[in-house]
Amino acid sequence: MGDKKYTGQDFKVVGTRVKRPDGIDKVTGRARYGADMNAPGQLVSLMLRSPHAHARIIKIDTSKAEKLKGVKAVVTAKDLPDLTNGNTGLFDTLENCMARDRALYDGHAVAAVAAIDKTIAKQALKLIKVTYEKLPHVTDVDEALLPSAPVIQPRYAKDGQPGNFMSQGEFGHGDIEKGFAEADVIVERSYKTGQTHQGYIEPHACLASVSPDGTGELWVTTQGHFSYRNTCAQLLGMDIAKLKVTSSEIGGGFGGKTHVWMEPIALALSRKANRPVKMVMSREEVFRASGPTCSTSMEIKIGAKKDGTIVAARAECRYMGGAFPGIWGTLGGMTAFACYNIPNNKAIGVNVLCNRPKVAAYRAPSAPMMAFGVESTIDQLAKELRIDPVELRLKNVAREGTLAPYGPVWGPIGIEPTLQAVRDHPHMRAKLGKNQGRGVACGFWFNIGGQTCSDLNIGQDGSVNLTVGTVDVGGARASLALIAAEELGISYDHVKVNIGDTSSLGHNDTTEGSRGTFSSGMAAIFAARDAVEILKARAAKMWQIPPEAVTWEDGHAKAVGAEHGNLPPLSLKEIAAKAGNTGGPIAGHHEATADGAGVSFASHIVDVEVDPETGKTQILRYTVVQDAGKAIHPDYVEGQFQGAAAQGIGWALNEEYIYGDDGRLQNAGFLDYRIPVCSDLPSIDTKILEIPNPGHPYGIRGVGETSIVPPLGAIGNAVSNAVGVRMYQVPMSPPRILKALDDAAADEVA
Amino acid sequence: MTGVHVSTTINDDPIEYVCPADESMLDVLRDRLGLMGAKEGCGTGDCGACSITLDGQLVCACLVLGAEAEGREITTIEGMADGEKLHPLQDQFINNAALQCGICTPGFLIAAKVLLDREPNPTETEIRYALAGNLCRCTGYDKIVKAVQAAAKDLRKQNMKK
Repeated sequence: MGDKKYTGQDFKVVGTRVKRPDGIDKVTGRARYGADMNAPGQLVSLMLRSPHAHARIIKIDTSKAEKLKGVKAVVTAKDLPDLTNGNTGLFDTLENCMARDRALYDGHAVAAVAAIDKTIAKQALKLIKVTYEKLPHVTDVDEALLPSAPVIQPRYAKDGQPGNFMSQGEFGHGDIEKGFAEADVIVERSYKTGQTHQGYIEPHACLASVSPDGTGELWVTTQGHFSYRNTCAQLLGMDIAKLKVTSSEIGGGFGGKTHVWMEPIALALSRKANRPVKMVMSREEVFRASGPTCSTSMEIKIGAKKDGTIVAARAECRYMGGAFPGIWGTLGGMTAFACYNIPNNKAIGVNVLCNRPKVAAYRAPSAPMMAFGVESTIDQLAKELRIDPVELRLKNVAREGTLAPYGPVWGPIGIEPTLQAVRDHPHMRAKLGKNQGRGVACGFWFNIGGQTCSDLNIGQDGSVNLTVGTVDVGGARASLALIAAEELGISYDHVKVNIGDTSSLGHNDTTEGSRGTFSSGMAAIFAARDAVEILKARAAKMWQIPPEAVTWEDGHAKAVGAEHGNLPPLSLKEIAAKAGNTGGPIAGHHEATADGAGVSFASHIVDVEVDPETGKTQILRYTVVQDAGKAIHPDYVEGQFQGAAAQGIGWALNEEYIYGDDGRLQNAGFLDYRIPVCSDLPSIDTKILEIPNPGHPYGIRGVGETSIVPPLGAIGNAVSNAVGVRMYQVPMSPPRILKALDDAAADEVA
Repeated sequence: MTGVHVSTTINDDPIEYVCPADESMLDVLRDRLGLMGAKEGCGTGDCGACSITLDGQLVCACLVLGAEAEGREITTIEGMADGEKLHPLQDQFINNAALQCGICTPGFLIAAKVLLDREPNPTETEIRYALAGNLCRCTGYDKIVKAVQAAAKDLRKQNMKK
């Protein structure tokens, strides 16, 4: 295996804007997503869900449903014995897939049916009688920590802590007491953020088929078919190798398709009925019962010297993780002050339970909330110091060599260059009108690597199959084909990238943490280099010269040295054509844990106009500057920046789970949970910076997540500059902005 | 349940089917006819992923009953390309990287075609409002708008030659 270090090589095809190989399938309706697969004899399944936020399940009577003609299986928790063997995370997953003794949130599954058609399945759901005893519930993160709050998971409650306090992560260095004592100006504020959903347009969907011999197949929309396989097999007591999981085309995930939600139930129904079972969530189910992100509540305190040197910072943020423990607060705590070099800093992220659905990752999970608080506070500090907010950020920016708040010392990082690019961008000098304002904010995300396994097979005509185990969420096949073509020195058109199912490759970690192009790109490079060694050996055989006398250049084997230098080069195609006579198929392989992921930073500029009559905020102009390390396919890098910014804009202005006093979700649909539409947004301008990641041969950093982090703070700052009110809660919906304007006017009168 | 017998035209083909009276056109297309290009993103007419045309009018297939198609003309994404020749909108969506996950793409293409059939030279604002019934969660819409602008230009050139 070769060196993973960045080499600064020049590229021939990497960095070009080629057409994606799956484009035609996706513009003609031919591409097959989760709900687009059928099997002979398949049944339709539906889930019965709790109408209560918190209730004891006294009894579930399924007898009438089972007797209905056309019903082939009914499943409740009784059909899913606990096989988790003390693995608490796995048991949480089991309980989330189907309530056991209690329903823990509105929408929690309690039973499922499989029938010959949808009409009969619906009738069967109505025939299931569940006897509930309603229990007190709590859906607000701060209320959940009060002594009076109902304890949601007694098995996790700790002595001396509120019953819904799960854990906390604490990060930072220095002495914050001393730091604040040295500060000339201190700004301390509280903030809240609403709970948002990833909002992928494709609902969860799968086709499950389990045979009485203990083998099974699962076709499913997922970001991680290998982890789905492992989880499902363990929960159902199957051998991992006997469950083949195939990832369909995925209609958006953003973190929400990293965990199983209903797939084990579909498999259990299939096993019971001995027929294939298709299960597709409705949009309402997606909102009520699959992975939103956390709501939060926080305090941020930052202190600086008169000259703008930040000397101390403290953040404490409570993350509402739904009815099951998570690490969301811990992640948030790590990100809080990552953009800055602050000698004394402490960030605490608290993990809290509520009667809401189990939270899943949502694009740079936990970072946007903390950044909303921190970036809003920095702007207020700048105002008090009478320093330009971009200059204040630059004065305190983290650089190579800075000790990161969560431990590492930064290598070459991009936050300072992104801020400089923002400062110098023409957008910053554009004129603003009445009720218009401009805001800037920064964001950080870790990015990850993880277990990765790829195969590269060369056909007899010299065309290449690259099989990877990460999924293609938005152009990854194109990027990976570019990388393989670059390494082999062949045309992009001669590489075909496949997403392998779980039986065709070794384990691949879930496609999350912006790892797809980073990790599978690395695996593609080394699988190709592995194949090149074989190609060289085969050329040597064809020439009947020693293998050491062969090099690889531009897709050709070349003989070197005085003795052989006059041999004409052999192309990959020529060597492949003779493979049958020189030792058989030519393939490359790579498996490893892809370490060396490069952190990523972004700085955003936004102009808004606030209508003081209605409180509505319009985004007038938006600019994203982000470090990509190396943009393999710039179109899809820009697309990630734009999509992340758009999600952040929705979060900042509009999107929010609304729970009633009864603990039920009131806006479980796209009409009432309104994500940005085309007419809500301007063109989102992008600027890609390339500060190579030293831990990747091509310098790649993950690009998918970071740009959802700055928008909340940037828009809050812009609203403040537009109409003079500081918003402490997102979404900054029209009623909230109107109230802030009214309160400010009342203060002025008083 | 007694089915309703329907004779209709889909993508210029004569089609007959029997469906329950309460079955949506979307379920008919996907589950009875195997035309899976229209996607169900919400089932309530909010996302546009199931956009089709009914007698030339843009509709959400999830809000139309299968029985309503009797004697009418439907087009779906499967009917957009002319054999192996893609429609300029399809070409430009690929050229402009106007899709990431692609689940919303068929709906956007149908909605954009209805716009360009009506208005060959739309402004950016007209495009943004014409596509406001279609949700995309991946792209932030920028590259979609640019693809529609590029396709409009291609189509105007084509029509000038005719």
